[in-house]
Amino acid sequence: MEMVKMTYREALKQGIREALLNDERVFLMGEDVGHYGGAFAVSKGLLQEFGAERIMDVPLSESGFVGAGIGAAMAGMKPIVEVMTVNFSLLAMDQIINNAATLLHMSGGQLNVPLVIRMGCGIGRQLAAQHSHSWEPYFAHVPGLVVLSAGTHEDARGMLLTALKSPDPVILFEYTFMLNMEKEIASDAGAMDITKAKVRRDGKDITLITYGNGVYKSLEAAEELSSQGIEVEVIDLRILRPMDEETFLASVAKTHRALVVEDAWRSGGMAAEVFSRIIEKVFFELDAPLQRLCGVEVPIPYPRHLEEASVPQSQDIVSTIRKMMGL
Amino acid sequence: MQEEEIKSIVLHSLKQIAPDTKPEQLGWEENMREALNIDSFDALQFIVALSEKLDIDIPEKDYGHTATMKSLMAYLKKKKQV
Amino acid sequence: MIEFKMPSLGADMEDGTLVEWRKKPGDQVKRGDILADVDTQKGLIEIEVFDEGVIDTLLLEEGVKVPVGTIMAIIRPLGEVTEEKDIPSAISSEEPEKSEEVPAKTSEEKEERRVKITPLAKRIALENNLDYSVINGTGPEGAIVKKDVEKALAEAVGPSKEMGGFTEKADEAIVEVKKEHKTPPIKAIRTAVAAAMSKSNREIPHYYLEKKIDMTRALEWLTETNSGLPVQKRILPAALFIKSVASSLVDVPELNAEWEDELVIKNEINIGFVVSLRSGGIVVPSLKNADLKSVGEIMEWLNDIIPRSRSFNLRSSELSGSTVTITNLGEGGADKVFGIVYPPQVAIIGLGSVAEEPFAKKGMVGIHPMLYVTLSGDHRATDGLVGSRFLAAMDKHLQNPQAL
Repeated sequence: MEMVKMTYREALKQGIREALLNDERVFLMGEDVGHYGGAFAVSKGLLQEFGAERIMDVPLSESGFVGAGIGAAMAGMKPIVEVMTVNFSLLAMDQIINNAATLLHMSGGQLNVPLVIRMGCGIGRQLAAQHSHSWEPYFAHVPGLVVLSAGTHEDARGMLLTALKSPDPVILFEYTFMLNMEKEIASDAGAMDITKAKVRRDGKDITLITYGNGVYKSLEAAEELSSQGIEVEVIDLRILRPMDEETFLASVAKTHRALVVEDAWRSGGMAAEVFSRIIEKVFFELDAPLQRLCGVEVPIPYPRHLEEASVPQSQDIVSTIRKMMGL
Repeated sequence: MQEEEIKSIVLHSLKQIAPDTKPEQLGWEENMREALNIDSFDALQFIVALSEKLDIDIPEKDYGHTATMKSLMAYLKKKKQV
Repeated sequence: MIEFKMPSLGADMEDGTLVEWRKKPGDQVKRGDILADVDTQKGLIEIEVFDEGVIDTLLLEEGVKVPVGTIMAIIRPLGEVTEEKDIPSAISSEEPEKSEEVPAKTSEEKEERRVKITPLAKRIALENNLDYSVINGTGPEGAIVKKDVEKALAEAVGPSKEMGGFTEKADEAIVEVKKEHKTPPIKAIRTAVAAAMSKSNREIPHYYLEKKIDMTRALEWLTETNSGLPVQKRILPAALFIKSVASSLVDVPELNAEWEDELVIKNEINIGFVVSLRSGGIVVPSLKNADLKSVGEIMEWLNDIIPRSRSFNLRSSELSGSTVTITNLGEGGADKVFGIVYPPQVAIIGLGSVAEEPFAKKGMVGIHPMLYVTLSGDHRATDGLVGSRFLAAMDKHLQNPQAL
């Protein structure tokens, strides 16, 4: 298989481009996605290639343009709506929850909303509390939504294509911090499954469950721990709703220990949901208290060192796992 | 005491020391210790049980008579004068 | 008030150990109900009630051994009200000298110790009928984790290096399987044997020696001794072998030792005696201070320990602390057996079958009952010369059985 090196940003752009080429009902709308090329330059060049009807700059009104996207989806289009960062998505929360997620129910099954909302998530590089939060759990709480987290370049490249086939609204989280990261992916990488969590690394000693920014940090930690004789099984949740529990339950039944790593705040985060399911389903497999490494419960700070300290880093993962293994 | 009664005590005692076996299926001239996989300790327990239940003394020099069901029954019948 | 006493479950029963109460104060009981599990020399027995009423007071703590006839509980007949003065404040005063170890506590006073154990470890312990309350936890906050339970299961089979805390606590409770009606942990035993033997074979460079010993005089002595003994007291060759091993270890103490990066000679001679189970696997109970015991006492120990080993009814203290091991395959028909050393011990003695063979002695070939004694030694700890001296000592002692 031929591998090519590309940034996470490039993977996102190729995914959008392929979607636009595949289906003429697909169009991209969002703040500065056209002439400016996207706040994070993800859609740079697409306006020139596809024209203003399919790469649509919108006014600064999240509620307005997300609502417009919902309307377009109901009318038979396949809109990709970009919300610059998850912070601004709160302005569109009414549209997302009260309309997108609920219309199928309220219309007695007559109206579905096949819409994809992409949003930048997590810390960037000193983007401060205005742009840096990890609010995946808010969305994962809502029935009617499909919530995806692209923690790898393959998923950045391919999740969107599958998400556009979903009859229901999909929230796709992309990670600002990873935009410039270069990784090798298959040159023919394409649509990715959006139903199952993935084992990113096999291990027998402990199960590490994570998503988003947590994936690369966990893999780094697992690599270091492996040299110390601890084999960590890293599971990327990928789909935060509906959650694929089978994958991590099977892993915990094998390793008997679990750690969840996420950038989101600790209280009421994804870790809490994962732990509940572990305790409900595989309680008698546990050989150690469950542990989680989450974001510190403060607004994300601006200074570099405080920003780094506010989310778990791979060294934190290494030391927590060593402790859990009794070292 | 009848022969049947003695036999039943013998089988019961064997079953106690070797519960996973079927002593009633033992061949008449089969070596009991080999067939039922009985070690010297269990063999001694067996002789203790027979001594107590039948109220007889089995001296060590007579242990040879306990090898098969045939020889054992003959020996016990003689002891109990059945 | 009805006094419920430790019953006699056979003419030979002198005492019994209360293992578990099945009822608590306030429970109504009727004739035939099981009140408690009592451990006797015949194994674990369920004790029935022969009266009807309500349990008023439980007078014994679990784990306590009392003589037959000791009042264990007070049962209030239905309709009768509690009368304080009727409740004995202590265990039967008729035999005070025997009851000193008995704390007379009502169950309400009983301390409830919450054991920290992970769900997985608890599940494994319960599946293997292991009393986990006495295991030392090494997990977070001192919790018992899977590893600790597996270690305890391994120790139930053969002694191993890290058993300090385990041994000290052993008197408090029964670690081994409590109930005969539960399935013995065959699989766990197999796993533990596999682990211990693999470790030994991996880490210990063994040397092997064997010696043929003429058993004529020893067997003559046994026959003579046994002829004067009732069948219950008769001595098996195994008792004599254990004694001769103990005496030989007094002569060659280097083999009664542990290897901890150096040879550490042990003061006590505690002999682990391999008992094979009919269903497969082995249990290795330990005879403490074997050198100080007579052959008759060793036989009594065997009479007690072998049936209990085979019914998984041993205390942890009876399984730990061995300083050397004897494996006795003489029954199986093999001429000789070369054992694998149980770490951290440094030697295992193998006894083969006694068989008649032509043997030259004082210029005459005669037919003699011969025994093959073998020694497998840890070559890090001792050399073949030491092992050779030990086998020579065995020969010497078995030629003078009356001196043992």
